Amino acid sequence: MPGRSHKPIVWGLFAGGGTVAAFLAPVMILVTSLFALAVPSALSYETMSAFAGNWLIKLILFGVIGLQLWHAAHRLRITAHDFGVRADTAVSWIVYPVAGVLTILTALFLLMI
Amino acid sequence: MAERKMQVEVLRYDPDRDTEPRYQTYEVGCDPDWVVLDALTKIKDEIDDSLSFRWSCHMAVCGSCGMTVNGEPVLSCKTFIRDFPDKIKVEPLDNFPIERDLVVVMDDFIEKFEAVKPYIIPKEPRSIEQGTYLQTPAQLKAYKQYSMCINCLCCYAACPQVALNDDFIGPAALALAHRYNLDTRDVGRSAREDVVAAHEGVWECSFVGACSQVCPKDVDPAAAIQQSKIASTTDYFTSFITGGSK
Repeated sequence: MPGRSHKPIVWGLFAGGGTVAAFLAPVMILVTSLFALAVPSALSYETMSAFAGNWLIKLILFGVIGLQLWHAAHRLRITAHDFGVRADTAVSWIVYPVAGVLTILTALFLLMI
Repeated sequence: MAERKMQVEVLRYDPDRDTEPRYQTYEVGCDPDWVVLDALTKIKDEIDDSLSFRWSCHMAVCGSCGMTVNGEPVLSCKTFIRDFPDKIKVEPLDNFPIERDLVVVMDDFIEKFEAVKPYIIPKEPRSIEQGTYLQTPAQLKAYKQYSMCINCLCCYAACPQVALNDDFIGPAALALAHRYNLDTRDVGRSAREDVVAAHEGVWECSFVGACSQVCPKDVDPAAAIQQSKIASTTDYFTSFITGGSK
């Protein structure tokens, strides 16, 4: 594939994270809030810790948090560009490594539960 | 009907005489129902025959009369003077070199247009005896919107990425590539991907969406480009599995 861009790597994560941020995250916030109002004890440390200790939930949380981190990184890159910052490579070298480090930390913290 | 006096400020540029573009204001008596193109035609016919501008059909079909009216890229045959105050400013389309007055040089666009192979590439040649291709209404609907482009170049004038990067293939050409990729009669997608999926193809678009806002034919090039990004992303990752044989 001569000359094809490698942008699909970051754009794929951006698109996936955008879908999560637009459709899934608001629903999760709403459901969690309603649940907390109905059953206040559900948000206790013990309950949440046990909830996040489940492997399936860990995987889902990793996906939800990780994808949105990469979405935010790419969004910041485009926003910088739209604001007239014409140092795309430098911006990329800031935003993507930050997303990468935070993704690794997310995985580590989830594994520690 | 009562005549309306319009002050039409036009950007003039004659490469043989002018060192740089200048503005000239004409006072024109207009029919209130006129479009901007009518006012320009009256200027050329009755006031100043040196004024140059492109036009042909006067019915938003040919795409020749794209120009900037009060800062917006529009088809001047579809832009009514009743929507403006008594003074309007008419300039050539942004992001293109000026050939003369309101006429821009389109060569660069034509090259990009040809690069995306904007025609049906069939699986095998089809003889006249084989008759026409059959398509269901759903198959037609899939690409019809993107086939409405008349190459007026308003989208190129509006696009901030076109302004920044001369090599960007741009909205109309990418939308047209998408139009043929979506056509069931066509198998040319992989041939177009070398241009579409390159960095100067869909990946140069930052989804500002100005192209779709100004498009006089509601083509929505921004949507076509985002859909192409999804398809190119799928290609990119599946090529690792299939070994790039696609």
